[in-house]
Amino acid sequence: MTLRVLYFASLKDRARAAEETVDVAAGTTVGGLWEELSRRHPGLAAFTARPLVACDKTYAAWETSLDGVQEVAFLPPFSGG
Amino acid sequence: MIRLQTAPIALDDLVLAVRGDGDGAVATFLGTVRNENEGRRVLWLEYEAYGGMAEREMERIAAEARSRHGVSRVAIVHRIGRLEIGEASVAIAVAAPHRAEALDATRFVIDTLKRTVPIWKREHFEGGSVWVGEAP
Repeated sequence: MTLRVLYFASLKDRARAAEETVDVAAGTTVGGLWEELSRRHPGLAAFTARPLVACDKTYAAWETSLDGVQEVAFLPPFSGG
Repeated sequence: MIRLQTAPIALDDLVLAVRGDGDGAVATFLGTVRNENEGRRVLWLEYEAYGGMAEREMERIAAEARSRHGVSRVAIVHRIGRLEIGEASVAIAVAAPHRAEALDATRFVIDTLKRTVPIWKREHFEGGSVWVGEAP
């Protein structure tokens, strides 16, 4: 299945992209996707803390399955306000 | 009124949006761009948001403020893009029958927004820039 992956702020700089399209196997979790993306983008691997993640604009856990998800966003620490 | 915008914020718009005849108080908060951070002179800021999700989280905070603090209406507007020193980056207005609820809810809204809404700022200073909140 095909997913749209979004990066913001410092993660966008690390991935050198704001978004990309990724194919993942059925049953892949958020954590599994992150590992794959870290292999693809060495800059992401240097981000040692787990970023927050949102699936289709709702907060999700590292163990969440991506089945049926269309958009995954990785969110570094917030600094709004 | 819950939104992200690139244009400057007019606080009056928020006050008008929340005020009702049953309200005896409208509390407001403005976050403004400071010229220094951690001893470094700041030239300007750049704000980025996860559009769609940021508004959704702000709606959630407004709903929680209404149910927890019993306030009438909540407006939250956050700027995105480039902001100069002194400009408002975020504005909040809360209307309630009495001042205590309005003031408490305003504090709740800004504190929660900083923790849960996907918005980031990049600080630009002499010789570089950095995303705030993450160690380099």
